[in-house]
Amino acid sequence: MIPLSHFLIIGALLFSISAAGIFLNRKNMLIILMCIELMLLAVNINFIAFSHFTQNIQGQVFVFFILTVAAAEAAIGLAILVVLFRNRGTINVQELDQMKG
Amino acid sequence: MGIEQIIFYLFSGILLVAAVSVVTVRNPVYAALFLILAFFSSSAIWIMLEAEFLGVTLILVYVGAVMVLFLFVIMMLDINIDIMREGFIRYLPVGLVIAVIVAVEMIYVLTADSLNIVMPAAKAADYSNTKELGGVLYTDYVYPFEIAAVILVVAIIAAIVLTHRKRLPNVKSQKPSQQVRVKRDDRVRLVKMEAESKPNASTRGGQ
Repeated sequence: MIPLSHFLIIGALLFSISAAGIFLNRKNMLIILMCIELMLLAVNINFIAFSHFTQNIQGQVFVFFILTVAAAEAAIGLAILVVLFRNRGTINVQELDQMKG
Repeated sequence: MGIEQIIFYLFSGILLVAAVSVVTVRNPVYAALFLILAFFSSSAIWIMLEAEFLGVTLILVYVGAVMVLFLFVIMMLDINIDIMREGFIRYLPVGLVIAVIVAVEMIYVLTADSLNIVMPAAKAADYSNTKELGGVLYTDYVYPFEIAAVILVVAIIAAIVLTHRKRLPNVKSQKPSQQVRVKRDDRVRLVKMEAESKPNASTRGGQ
């Protein structure tokens, strides 16, 4: 029998790996988007683990909605990336200082 | 160690190795492929947790659609990898320290005794996860479900509008502002002319 904490630890490790990935690849916007997908996956693993261990189907419903929103986010994020590359010729986050924020 | 634990630790190990590879590998194409591997192994873990529908959905939606989209974009863009990798070594200590701190804190919290729930017994063979999920989704959560559909439509339209290129100048299109502003005089021309004489009855009959 695998305890609940092992599933949660997998989720936590996945989350911290992707958080570190955002730090390491802070110039490449593509990898940052991939790291965000990994973070959402970690959250989903937690949801499904709790849903199974508490015998409550609502956790899976939430995972369903997170998947929907993540797919929409990926589509719009990549569209913005393509437009950015078309206009600026780069996806380097450091060079995206047009708005002087 | 039972077969269940072997499968769980095998797929968890693959998942973590794939995740580490996503953030460390040089080539973005390989990163996308490792991300696909991560999705596959986590889908196996979900199926172990009796979330069969979501496990299949993860493969269909993510591997089938989202990652293909990622691969298309990566191959379409001409990225200079060397410039993108600048600062990787410089930020490595900071990233590692933060990741380790986050992981240690989370593991410390998550191994608490209050989370020590006994794993429930496996469901019967004729239990349908899809049926139960659909039963909840179309009754209690039907309103959020509709909103999710709207969000997907918004995403489709937004992606198309963002990436749509302006076409050649001879493309015809409607301009609603000009259509609204139009006056009667622009469209209707009243012509004053002499009334014609009464037409001949025989010629009219002949036509």
